[in-house]
Amino acid sequence: MRFAFKTAYEHDLGLFRDPVQRRYYAALLAGVILLPLAIPAYLSDMSMVFIYGLCGLSLMVLAGYTGLVSLGHAAFLGIGAYAHVYFTQDLGLPWIVGVALATVAAAASGVLVGLPALRMTGVYLTIATLAFALIIQEVFTRWEHVTHGLKGRPVDKPVIFGVSFASDLAFYFLCLAVLIAGLWLTANLLRSPTGRAWVAIRDSEIAAQSMGVHLARYKTLAFAYSAGLMGAAGALFAHKIGFLAPDIFTVLLSIQFLLMVVVGGLGSLHGALYGAVFVALLPVLISEARDHVPVAAGHLAAALGKGVGDAVYLSLDRFVKQPGLEPGIFGLILVLFILFEPLGIYGRWRKIWLYFSTFPLYKAATFRRQKTYMRSERLR
Amino acid sequence: MSLFTADELVVNFGGIRAVDGVSFEVEAGQVFTIIGPNGAGKTTIFNLISRIYDPTSGRLLFRDDDITQVPPHEIARRGIARTFQNIELFEHASVLQNLLLGRHAHATRRFAQELLFLPRVRARERAHREAAEKVIDFLDLQAYRDSLVVNLPYGVRKVVEMGRALCTEPTLLLLDEPSSGLSVEETADMAFWIQDIRSLLGITVLMVEHDMSLVSAVSDRVLALNYGRVLACGTAREVQEHPEVIKAYLGG
Repeated sequence: MRFAFKTAYEHDLGLFRDPVQRRYYAALLAGVILLPLAIPAYLSDMSMVFIYGLCGLSLMVLAGYTGLVSLGHAAFLGIGAYAHVYFTQDLGLPWIVGVALATVAAAASGVLVGLPALRMTGVYLTIATLAFALIIQEVFTRWEHVTHGLKGRPVDKPVIFGVSFASDLAFYFLCLAVLIAGLWLTANLLRSPTGRAWVAIRDSEIAAQSMGVHLARYKTLAFAYSAGLMGAAGALFAHKIGFLAPDIFTVLLSIQFLLMVVVGGLGSLHGALYGAVFVALLPVLISEARDHVPVAAGHLAAALGKGVGDAVYLSLDRFVKQPGLEPGIFGLILVLFILFEPLGIYGRWRKIWLYFSTFPLYKAATFRRQKTYMRSERLR
Repeated sequence: MSLFTADELVVNFGGIRAVDGVSFEVEAGQVFTIIGPNGAGKTTIFNLISRIYDPTSGRLLFRDDDITQVPPHEIARRGIARTFQNIELFEHASVLQNLLLGRHAHATRRFAQELLFLPRVRARERAHREAAEKVIDFLDLQAYRDSLVVNLPYGVRKVVEMGRALCTEPTLLLLDEPSSGLSVEETADMAFWIQDIRSLLGITVLMVEHDMSLVSAVSDRVLALNYGRVLACGTAREVQEHPEVIKAYLGG
């Protein structure tokens, strides 16, 4: 176990706990930069992880840190995506300006949702955001001048300052850069008075108010910031999928974002990223399994001999070819997480880490009180 | 002129008159205690002062200003801080973060600067930290600085909550039942702290309290309430011996 020996208040203001942790993150960054060499075939999937990571950050600020659960975040993603495509392709504005305007447009709509939402708490707020998402989806369908309605509209490859980011490799690094920028800005906010005010609102509105936190201002700010991040993610998302249609930004996508932060672990930036990796890569894993399991099962069957081997082969083969396998496994994992690890992947990771760093002195009771975190306070 | 004046406060909740024409004055540098049986309207008065409730009629004066219409988040900035009867700490934040949130009334709102964490944000954070550390030293909270509030025992939470209120650098500190749920030793500590807050930090204390030994130990003036009305006001001894007060507590 490492102990951070602090000698100045400055040590608590840094982004990293100590130099060792800084080196861990530097190594992680190097790993992510070198990753394309290792898995060139999966670059496109990895860009999706980064974009989902941004979406996770966005919802983490709102649900994990401010305690406002939204089921309408796909709408902000859509607003960002359509705004970006409209400004860059119809109006011919530069890419950077397009992303900036997409962020602003989404943030402005975030304020619009945030204002009436100030009077609502808990599940009522969630329903209101859900209604907002449904309305926006209808707007996407009807506002044909901008969105081209149900016909959908193709999206060009990104070109920034005359440099094309059409290749998977270039787009991978573009998404990575935006994700790191988003992480940095969010981490900055969270170590400032604004971030503390958000956490205060999450844990006790009445106390936050008595300490001088203007509830309306900070809730609106959380909505605006979260929606703005989503807007920036939307611009990248548009390039990633290459074709925008209203039926992409469904409530199902919003639910997926919410699952992402819950599975990843509410109340931590790590959780947003773990969730993104999980949500973006699970479908890839399952489709890989569909290809490879029958072959592996064939080898296994040959090794086991005729009678037993054939039965094993058939059942495995039938299992991976089952339609609806993805949502099924996804749902199962989610249920298991909520039952056994309310703090998500990040919570589990911290326990494992603590187990090894304090071995053999780990005691399970350290985390006994954590379950209240979700049950009573989150959806009040 | 007194520091804080409540003038003919009345609050109706539907058909119930929770506070009925209560007036009192708190002088600067006093420890002023409100006592009374359950449901007497003590906490309601606190909620009026921190502007969580609106009075039906009456006025609140603080340092010559009428604060009856001031929004609740402004109260801390004016110099009134409070604790809560059932501890309202930010449970999933560390003690230090809770104390720093107490500095919020002194925080400057510069969203763009915070987004980029510019050097001046860093300098302000350092100043807030220094102020919070003074409170940590004052209340002996060093050992708990980085623990999450959920993992702390009740007595320590009570102290942390008082520390958070002190971080706002108040002129008037409202303590809602500071000794409830505390052991005898912790209550004795609390009495010393309240005296220190008044004499060392020069903060005026207005508190609601049931423990009469604590009340007599620290209070300069005591106000007894029942059914929203003032029964008696004076020194602890005067109020305890007042026939109306004895009747309210013991019946008869």
